[in-house]
Amino acid sequence: MTIEGGKRRSDLLIAAWTVAVVLFIYMPAFCGLLASLTSSRYFNFPITKWGLAWWGKTFASLEVRSLLSTSITIALIVTAISVVLAFFAALAFARYDWRGRSIYQKIVLLPIFFPQSVLGLALLLWFNALGIETSWKTAVFAHLVWVVPVATLVISIQVYSFDPALEEAAFDLGASRWQVLKEVTLPVLWPGIFSGALFSFLLSWGNFPLSLYTDGADTTVPEYMYAKMVAGYTPGVPVLGTVSTVGAAILLLGGYAFILLVRRKRAASESAA
Amino acid sequence: MAELVDSASHMAQPQGRPGVNLGRWIAAAGRRHSLPILLLLLLGFVAPLLTIIGFSFMPPRTFSLWQWPSLENYRVIIEETFYTSFLWSLGMAVVTVAILIAICYPVAYGLAKTFGRWSNLVTLLMVLPLFVSENVRLYGWVLFFIKGGVLLGTIKSLFGIELDSILFKPGTIIFGMVYVYLPFMLFPMTLGVSMVPRDLVDAAKDLGASRLQIFREVELPLAMPGIVIGSLLTFVLAVGAIAEAKVLGGQSVIPVTHDIEIAFTYAQNWPLGAGISVMLILIVGALVLAVLRRFDLDRILGRR
Repeated sequence: MTIEGGKRRSDLLIAAWTVAVVLFIYMPAFCGLLASLTSSRYFNFPITKWGLAWWGKTFASLEVRSLLSTSITIALIVTAISVVLAFFAALAFARYDWRGRSIYQKIVLLPIFFPQSVLGLALLLWFNALGIETSWKTAVFAHLVWVVPVATLVISIQVYSFDPALEEAAFDLGASRWQVLKEVTLPVLWPGIFSGALFSFLLSWGNFPLSLYTDGADTTVPEYMYAKMVAGYTPGVPVLGTVSTVGAAILLLGGYAFILLVRRKRAASESAA
Repeated sequence: MAELVDSASHMAQPQGRPGVNLGRWIAAAGRRHSLPILLLLLLGFVAPLLTIIGFSFMPPRTFSLWQWPSLENYRVIIEETFYTSFLWSLGMAVVTVAILIAICYPVAYGLAKTFGRWSNLVTLLMVLPLFVSENVRLYGWVLFFIKGGVLLGTIKSLFGIELDSILFKPGTIIFGMVYVYLPFMLFPMTLGVSMVPRDLVDAAKDLGASRLQIFREVELPLAMPGIVIGSLLTFVLAVGAIAEAKVLGGQSVIPVTHDIEIAFTYAQNWPLGAGISVMLILIVGALVLAVLRRFDLDRILGRR
């Protein structure tokens, strides 16, 4: 009885602590939202003059539109390439047993465990040595170096729960390699691939240190906001920050709901069959 | 690396018919599937690293790799006061990791053991900030801490007291790093805690162990791989951090990443910046390799 009571109390304490941590995590987003809703030039709390003026001004700005389109273009291309590369990389990471795999796994993890600002600079020197002029295209390459390993890890987690006997059975039944890939491997791994794509897009979208050094004259949203924070504050910064937070939330929650839906549908069709 | 080359030399062996020699096919498939990412990392990770190492041996203030190598940059780095920024960066990273372990353990425990179906939602809430550029989130804290901001403004309007802002102090930089890197500690740690079998905890309880004993002698050792991976990841990220010191620290402390940036931009001394970078890479790289060597990734990530 006392053990049960003590357990319930510790569970409650843990839950309360977690709620506190979540509030801590969302505090800055809340402050940003407040700051974007004032109509005065400088932020002062409590707010006396509320207004949406800065939202209108920010979206009317041509500069902001070009920033958004640069960031989205980079993120979309990075997503497309990294999903393909990471899919094969994850199979080699988690599905197949081969000599050299444990070293391979560590090589793949190295870029994740590496200071990104230093990686950005190293890439800049490398592009310079090759005589390549930096632009948003070189930034795509730089993002890939960091995003593909992360996406590989995300997809790998799904691959680990994949039963190799499924593929082997398909081979025994006479399927070609291509058929096995298309009709067994891909459908089973689909939720992992989808999460990998979501991660790729969002990580590329939010990346600052790699873009800073490798995109030359082109500018992404995080870079612009950083420049404005260090010098020349405008309430457009909190506006863009809020947009970027809400956008990420919609993508993530939408993506998660989509995965749940696919799983439920699959479970339903399996129980029907 | 030697093993990789060694295994690559087996690739040319004749393959058996599929189905008859599945084992060999799987081995070849593993290598084949690893090739694209290895090529990417060769061109995008190994080659840039070699370039920056090459630059660190060039004479000061040159922009070309084809000069007579010299150790001048390393002499400058050792003789001048760069060690203070190294110490600040490493020290702040260690403190950040220690605070994160304390904050994240209860949450990781809840996610792995007690939240049940709520843990998906909590995970989602914790993942989300990862996708918002850290600048934006740090800027939110500036709005919170700044004079006339959310914290001081509220205190003033409620109690009529005007306090000094705590922005632009070393403690605030650590606060920012704890905030930004929290998810990087939390998720590996959750993975670690979820590896502790419930039966083992129950057995310890039946044998009369106290809550503290269970924690110290059963849970902590078994969750260790996750805790160590999380600590390593947050340590590396914190050492490489640059935005926290600028946005929240207002240059009250100069971290080593800032020295590197200054050398590359204002000072226009690429070889010096490359030299400092190489020292940082050596410190971080030695640590990462030493720690990763001890772990079986297959076990941690889900295959037993």
